[in-house]
Amino acid sequence: MRRRPAVSPLLEVEGLAKRFGGLQAVRDLSFRVDEGEIVALIGPNGAGKTTVFGLLSGFLRPDGGEVRFRGRSIVGLPPHRINALGLARTFQIVRPFPRLTVLRNVTVGALARHPDPAEAERRAAAILEEVGLAAKRDQPAAGLTLAERKRLELARALATEPALLLLDEVMAGLTATETERIVALVRDIHARGVSILLIEHVMRAVMSLSGRIIVLNYGERIAEGRPEEVAADPRVIQAYLGEADEHGPAAD
Amino acid sequence: MTALVLAALGVLLVLPAVLPSYALTVFTFTFFYAYLGQAWNLLGGYAGQLSVGHAAFVGIGAYTSAMLAREAGLTPWLGMFVGGALAAVLGAVIGYLGFRFGLRGFYFVLLTVAFAEVCRIAALNTEAIGGALGLYITFTGNPRQFQFQDPRAYYYIALGLVLAATAVTALVERRRFGIYLTAIREDEGAAEAAGVPTFRYKMLAMVASSFLAGLGGTFYAFYLFSLQPNTVFGIPLSVEIVIRPIVGGAGTLLGPIVGSFILSPLAELSRYAFAAGGWSGAHLIVYGVLLVVVVLFFPQGAVPWLRRLLGRAQP
Repeated sequence: MRRRPAVSPLLEVEGLAKRFGGLQAVRDLSFRVDEGEIVALIGPNGAGKTTVFGLLSGFLRPDGGEVRFRGRSIVGLPPHRINALGLARTFQIVRPFPRLTVLRNVTVGALARHPDPAEAERRAAAILEEVGLAAKRDQPAAGLTLAERKRLELARALATEPALLLLDEVMAGLTATETERIVALVRDIHARGVSILLIEHVMRAVMSLSGRIIVLNYGERIAEGRPEEVAADPRVIQAYLGEADEHGPAAD
Repeated sequence: MTALVLAALGVLLVLPAVLPSYALTVFTFTFFYAYLGQAWNLLGGYAGQLSVGHAAFVGIGAYTSAMLAREAGLTPWLGMFVGGALAAVLGAVIGYLGFRFGLRGFYFVLLTVAFAEVCRIAALNTEAIGGALGLYITFTGNPRQFQFQDPRAYYYIALGLVLAATAVTALVERRRFGIYLTAIREDEGAAEAAGVPTFRYKMLAMVASSFLAGLGGTFYAFYLFSLQPNTVFGIPLSVEIVIRPIVGGAGTLLGPIVGSFILSPLAELSRYAFAAGGWSGAHLIVYGVLLVVVVLFFPQGAVPWLRRLLGRAQP
């Protein structure tokens, strides 16, 4: 079921462009994410997906184009300001604060909205319960397994209380069981009213979670639509098969 | 741990009654370097911004209060805050340049060293503050002039300084400010993504750290009665400030104190021993060896190692 409230779109991207030297990483990209949606951004390796996240979250400055979040332009704002407006991201290669405890990692995120450390810590503890890391709360983050780090990454972003959450491959490298747990977690987060834009290669998860899929190839949008439409799109099949990529839409 | 700390504090409070004067001096220096280490710790230990130019702040604080006392008759008890404020201004300038232009790691180290060297050379060439000859303070023994007949007064002032700086650090550690600093140290980009205004917090750490180091300058001036640009602004002093918290445990509350209790007496004794044999400066070799040992075997410093020994996890 897709909810489409009659409110203004949460995120609007128009004509976004980014070049690294001779490589046009993102080319004239436009899309939107409405409130309550789960949108997936997919594409072969090197298609520019993570670059798009960098541009949206303020870590990279676009060469051209416009990004509006809740109706205001966020181009040129530093990442922490974008986070304060309600747009949080995770990193594909997880970046925990290694020597801080799991609880402290998430507390850092919660402090953005709750300056009192005791209150922030309470919120962080509740989020750790939710993501299933409560038992590890007093361990340094450096000692976590990859699956746990992925959940910690998600928990820290969630603690900043975003309206839109950008998830960059939170399922990559996980076992089938771990993936299912993350899928269930993403559903729970969404059910609480957080909109989600996710980059993912695990196609079964993408198909079951997303209301809409945007397909990138060589920095351009080559298809967009409901999961079944995208899966049947000949351009999408060609993009993946042409790459001879193990992560093709049929694989998983 | 708390009981241990309180017991140690009790001993330190009554110790001057029985200490011979040479030992009193060693303790006074131990506290004073622990204080400077604690000032550095806020920026270098908690926020992870490695400054090897903290002598600049000590020097500015020292020259400011000494000059204000000599030329304007201002009591150093007030002059020390003027010195701290001027040091903080320099800290803000260095911080702005370093953090605005994204100088990290070695580049930030070089920036802080360069500024301290500029201060040293400027002081050497400014006749109004004594130039290369330095500045001498006439001993009056007047407490209003930050001078005391009884050396135990300096012992207690230095102890007070390190306790105050440690109390401030303990307060910071527990608040959002301190938590944000550790997040910046661990991963600046991830901290930004989690909503931490990293530039602002690094600037705050820089200003607080340089202010505290600047305050310490007044103690330096009125304890030693002489200021030489090459010593008070020199790289060796900056190294003395950095090495104690690193050996003790950078980014831990007690690290600078433990580090100073290891290194200050060692420096004094080896300086004394080597100088007697005509080998002045050889104590630096002891520093070098100790630093290698610490980096190899206790990379987090002594305090985290002790804590593990006592079976406690990191906070």
